[in-house]
Amino acid sequence: MGILEVRDVNKRFGGLKALDKVELDVEEGSVHAIIGPNGAGKSTFLNCLVGLLVPDSGSVNFNGNSLLGIKPHEINQAGVSRVFQTPEIFGDLTLLDNVVIPTLASRDGAFKLNGWKRADQDSEIIGRAEHMLEDVGLIDKRNMHAGSLSRGDKRRLELAMCLVQNPKLLLLDEPTAGMSRADTNNTIDLLKRIGERGITKVIIEHDMHVVFSLADKVSVMAQGTVIAEGTPEGIKGDPRVQEAYLGGAHL
Amino acid sequence: MITATPRKDLLLMGIFTFAVLTMPIWLAPIGASYPDLLQRFAIFGIFAIGFNILFGLTGYLSFGHAAFLGVGSYTAVWSFKLLSMSVVPAVIFGVITSGLFAVVIGYISLRRSGIYFSILTLAFAQMSYNLAYSVLTPITNGETGLQLSLNDPRALDSLVGVAETSGIPPTNFFGIEMSGYSGFYFCAILMIIGFYISMRIFRSPFGMMLRAVKSNSNRMSYTGLNMRPYTLTAFVISGMYAGLAGSLMAVTDPLAGAERMQWTASGEVVLMTILGGVGTLIGPVIGAGVIKYFENIFSAINENVLHGIFDFLPEVLQDGAVAVLSLFVGEGWHLTLGMLFMLIVIFLPGGIVEGFSRIYERIRNKNNSTNGKADAVGSAKVQPGE
Repeated sequence: MGILEVRDVNKRFGGLKALDKVELDVEEGSVHAIIGPNGAGKSTFLNCLVGLLVPDSGSVNFNGNSLLGIKPHEINQAGVSRVFQTPEIFGDLTLLDNVVIPTLASRDGAFKLNGWKRADQDSEIIGRAEHMLEDVGLIDKRNMHAGSLSRGDKRRLELAMCLVQNPKLLLLDEPTAGMSRADTNNTIDLLKRIGERGITKVIIEHDMHVVFSLADKVSVMAQGTVIAEGTPEGIKGDPRVQEAYLGGAHL
Repeated sequence: MITATPRKDLLLMGIFTFAVLTMPIWLAPIGASYPDLLQRFAIFGIFAIGFNILFGLTGYLSFGHAAFLGVGSYTAVWSFKLLSMSVVPAVIFGVITSGLFAVVIGYISLRRSGIYFSILTLAFAQMSYNLAYSVLTPITNGETGLQLSLNDPRALDSLVGVAETSGIPPTNFFGIEMSGYSGFYFCAILMIIGFYISMRIFRSPFGMMLRAVKSNSNRMSYTGLNMRPYTLTAFVISGMYAGLAGSLMAVTDPLAGAERMQWTASGEVVLMTILGGVGTLIGPVIGAGVIKYFENIFSAINENVLHGIFDFLPEVLQDGAVAVLSLFVGEGWHLTLGMLFMLIVIFLPGGIVEGFSRIYERIRNKNNSTNGKADAVGSAKVQPGE
């Protein structure tokens, strides 16, 4: 039994069938990549996992509990964190604050009225946050405003914000999109190091270099449905995958 | 950016306390040290500090905070009428009632954000205003306003056996009359306490969450935080500050009218906060002071005073200058306020506090460059780190 089980998920936008009977099993501790051409429904699918969209039918079970019909913050508190395609960070706050907030969220829960003690004197929280920033190599910029970071750094910051919560499942939506080759390799190294902590990861990616260096298992989506699934090597030679990507032309 | 440390905050608190308590002295040269105006500085300072906890931290722009001001005033006057002329129950009940109001209004209004939130709060405040004028006349005494009278029961006072006097007894704090300078000091001390609480909130994890709401509410919910209780708590806290300000208005002048709830009063506190500096600790207090001072100074000037000022000019020019400038003074002082507000928003979006910090930076840079000549290597090392 996997940590994440998706059964028969459907989603329509008007006449467009964005997700068509999607089935997915993610094993605990593995890195599961989802690839597919543009418009295949990958991001729609991820949005259904974090509560941004509600599927028309089907079930999404995480650790045996349904993720459907509960609020985004409850999904996160259950242990699912997400890195977005365009980094979602607190742009007006410093990097340290950016990481302190999720750290507090994982310790204190969805709401705690903690209005009297100083946040900057909480050595446990600050320590964890600084340690995390060190891990992603952003500790030197801790007092900078997050909005002024480069795109690659914003991604790494967002990753740090997710990791500091010690999630059970980490969803990554194109973590290296728009990054230079060097930045991409840094991110791959970082993700590999995270892998050692045993966090299960679902990665949506276009860059095959990233997919083949990280993934244990690959699912290929096209036109809203999973058309193939297997190890990276197995997927490479699958004719259905080549057809989906290249429209039937053979290399 | 100056990072806040406990030591620096203690220093700020000390300076603030000292400055507020010595206001009657250092405001004397600019003619603002009479008790009536000083009381207003403190009361509107409290109002603006509280408003800033909501608007400055969460970015939710409430356009209906005057409703809480009014509720605080009415409650305080009723406390004077029914219970006691002591200000302690009046202030406590004023804060509690407005807090309860804020729970209801906030719970409904916070279902929406941005402009829709502002419109909802505005609608609630206008409803309260109109209710106070019409249906609720038994409670609010309608257009006349709620006033004290000789026949009021004042249950607690008669219980304790306060001696009957021929006139309406004054409001008091354990026997100290709440008019003149003692009234100011009562308000000032409450403002200092209010400022301290606001500082604690600004530096706390709770304050950090409120900033997170303003910065990126999306990320906040995907970080596992429930936004609604945070914003509602901030709304209620700022409503209670407004209620405190409202009850203090009744303390210094025991009557309450519906016009206190009008939207212009809600707009005024927005102006104060923006003028001083949104999201800064000290800004709203400065903004409140500046607006109340200008209101006082400019509305007191009339054509005769202007003629006196331009006496040295030939008569034609004098009449012209007076004709133009008289638009900006007296009843028309709002025109001056509007111009001031425009200038601030266009050139100093961060308010007066940003102006101060720019001047501070300029002075520091000047010092740095003169030091730099003597010690070029040292300053070059300092620069990148900043």
